[in-house]
Amino acid sequence: MEITRRRLLVLLPAAAVAWKYVQAGTPEASPNYKLTEHWWSMLIDIPKCIGCGSCVRACAEENDVPDGYYRTWIERYHVADWKIERPDVESPDGGKQGFPANEESGGKNFFVPKLCNHCADSPCTQVCPVGATFISPDGVVLVDKSYCLGCRYCVQACPYGCRFINPKTHTAEKCTLCYHRITKGLTTACCEVCPTGARQLVDLKNPKDPIHEFLKTHTVQILKPHMATGAKVFYNGMDGSVR
Amino acid sequence: MAIAVVAFIVLRAAVVPRSFGEYGHYRGAAMAEIAARPVAFAGHDVCENCHSDIADQKKLGKHAVVACEACHGAQARHADDPGSITPPKPDTAIICARCHEANSAKPKAFPQVVTADHSGGNACGICHQPHRPKIETEPETKAAGSKTAAEVKK
Repeated sequence: MEITRRRLLVLLPAAAVAWKYVQAGTPEASPNYKLTEHWWSMLIDIPKCIGCGSCVRACAEENDVPDGYYRTWIERYHVADWKIERPDVESPDGGKQGFPANEESGGKNFFVPKLCNHCADSPCTQVCPVGATFISPDGVVLVDKSYCLGCRYCVQACPYGCRFINPKTHTAEKCTLCYHRITKGLTTACCEVCPTGARQLVDLKNPKDPIHEFLKTHTVQILKPHMATGAKVFYNGMDGSVR
Repeated sequence: MAIAVVAFIVLRAAVVPRSFGEYGHYRGAAMAEIAARPVAFAGHDVCENCHSDIADQKKLGKHAVVACEACHGAQARHADDPGSITPPKPDTAIICARCHEANSAKPKAFPQVVTADHSGGNACGICHQPHRPKIETEPETKAAGSKTAAEVKK
């Protein structure tokens, strides 16, 4: 068939429609899961955290996180009475084995669990040169490890220190908010094992999620709001010294 | 020129993955790949399907809100094959202290003990039943062979 200008004009839109179907790609692993019906985040209730390290251990086991690297970790803050602007922060082994008894007396002491903030305007996804990291339509910042070059731009860009390079795969790694669990209707491993309910998975698009009532009745903060990252991990009862 | 443009279009189509650009500037299929990972923690609903007796007992005590796998560890493999994979019993001398060892950074209302003073390193399970830890029976009526809290302290 000879392709004339007229035929080409007819063929191009048809090819575009066909290409859309080709691009649709592999079906989702969870057939009943709808990407557009969720907007995931997490609530951390600091006054409930006992620093037991269950979340860190569970995360490592669920996601095969190598020793010495952490997708979530716990920090212990010691704010001395006279040194409010310079808190002492420690996180031995990410808090994986809990914390030794405090020798510091006085001041203010508390635990702060940390993880990826799954920012809506995340700096890490903006700097990726190849489109290996992205925010999914349901609000989770993920890494496509088969596409990641391991260039480390994202590790430097994250203001919360939530990313690392996996020593085995040499690609960027981070909290996936247990994407393999939440798409199956389960909660994250860290939220599952948290004995006090200090961590709670939140779906902001679910009108029945108790988070809506919680946000109305509590003063909730995010980390580093001045960086305008659109962080979605909400901290209740957070002291002003937390960085 | 036309050949170069066509060659570029053909090469680009061959190199760029199919699902790239499906949702944004990334490979859409990556989400399904990440979601396909098997779970390690089964979730307490799965545990309670079989262990309803323990679940009922647990509901009566302070540990009602603590999920099974917080102490027993990841049990998805056991849930898939309960016959051949049987998890070991957690050691109460270690596991209880992870939460209840005193630390000034813990919330004041949370029950804490200095285990060295409280039990002298003995397993907590000697006196406390982990699923319902409050000791409600009198020491005299305890099962034969078990020590009272006072004896353990000595």
